[in-house]
Amino acid sequence: MRKFLKHMSTGIIISNPIFVLALGFCPALAVSTSVDNAIGMSVGVLFVLLGSNIIVSVIRRWVPNMVRIPVFIVIIATFVTVINLVFHAYVPSLYESLGIYLPLIVVNCIILGRAEAFASKNPITDSIADAIGVSIGFFLALLIISFFRELLGTGSLSLFGTHLFTLPVLGENPMTVFILPPGAFLVMALLLALLRKMGVIKHE
Amino acid sequence: MSNLIMIFLSLALVNNFIVSKFLGLCPFFGVSKKLSSAFSMGIAVTLVMLIASMVTWVINNYILIRYGVEYMNIIMYILVIASLVQMIELFIKRTNLTLYNALGIYLPLITTNCAVLGITLINASEKYSFIESIFASLGGGLGFMLILIIMSGIREKLDIADTPRVMKGLPIAMLVGMMLGLTFFGFGGIV
Repeated sequence: MRKFLKHMSTGIIISNPIFVLALGFCPALAVSTSVDNAIGMSVGVLFVLLGSNIIVSVIRRWVPNMVRIPVFIVIIATFVTVINLVFHAYVPSLYESLGIYLPLIVVNCIILGRAEAFASKNPITDSIADAIGVSIGFFLALLIISFFRELLGTGSLSLFGTHLFTLPVLGENPMTVFILPPGAFLVMALLLALLRKMGVIKHE
Repeated sequence: MSNLIMIFLSLALVNNFIVSKFLGLCPFFGVSKKLSSAFSMGIAVTLVMLIASMVTWVINNYILIRYGVEYMNIIMYILVIASLVQMIELFIKRTNLTLYNALGIYLPLITTNCAVLGITLINASEKYSFIESIFASLGGGLGFMLILIIMSGIREKLDIADTPRVMKGLPIAMLVGMMLGLTFFGFGGIV
C-alpha cells in the first residue's frame, strides 16, 4: 500500500507531467479555455492512461522489443477511440468543445512516455498507481491554467452550467485575450516562472 | 479556386498550427537556433502532412465511409502515419543521401507530432474534398515552417539577451509564442 501511494504521489508534484516534465503542452494550452474543458480532458487522459498502462503492463513479457512502440500506439489508439465514442454519446457538448484535441490524446507524449518508461517495466499495481498519479498531476496543472484563463478571460466562473461567481470590474469588461490562444502562452509562461521562483520546480 | 486559396491562407496564417491551434509545439520549443535545421524540419513536416492527408483521404472515403466503419478512423490514421514515415525515410535513404542527411534525424520524430494527425482529423471533420485537403495540408505545413523559421531567428537573439533567471528557457519561449500569436491576429481580416 505504501509503495502504491509512493508511485502515485511521484506523478503529482515531483514529476508533474506539464510543469516539470514539460510533456503534452498541446492539450494543456488548447483546451484550458474553461474549467469544464479541463475536467473533461483530464477524464479522457485518466481513462486512456489507466487502460494503456494496465494492458501494457499485462503484456509486457510477450511483446518483442522491436515492435513495442507500434503495439503501444495501437493499444493507446483503441482506448482513445473508446473514450471518443463515449463522450460523443453521453456528453455531446463537451465532445464539441474539445474538438480534435480529444482524438489527439493518441499522440500525447505523456501516455506513450508512461507506457514506455514505466508500464513496460513494472507490475500491474504499480502501473495503476502511476497512471492515477500522473493523471492527477495533469488534472491539477490543467485546473490551475484554466482557472486563471476562465476567470480573467470571461470575468466569471461557472462549473457545468452552474454559475459560481462574477468578478466586480472584470465581469463587465473581461480581458478576452486570456481565452484566446495568446492568453494560454501568457498564463503558462507566468505560471512556470512563478513555480520556479517558489522553488517547486528546478531552474535550468 | 478562391475557395482553395481561402483554405490555404486560413490554415497557414489565421489559424496557424503552432500559435493558434497549439499543434506541434515540441519542435517549436525544441528547435535549435540554426535556420537550416528549422527549414529542414519544416520541409519534412510539410511533406509528411501532404502525403498523409492524400492517403488518409482515400482510405477515409473509399474504405471507412463505404463500409460504415468511420469509428475506426483514429486507429487507422495513426497506423497510416507511422508506416508512411517509415516508408518515406527508407525511400529518401535509398534515393537521395544528401536529403536524408539533412532530414534524417527529424523524420522519426514526426510520427508523434500532433500536427500530422491534426491535419488528417481536420480534413475528416471539415469533409474536405481531395483537392481541398491537399491545399489544407500545404497551408498547415507551410504555416508551421514559417513559425519555426521566425522562432529560430528569435532564439538567436534570446540567447544573448539578459533574461531574468526564472524566465530562462521555456517561459521566455512561451512569451515569444504569445507575441507571435498576437501578431498573427493581424491576419484575421484576410479570410
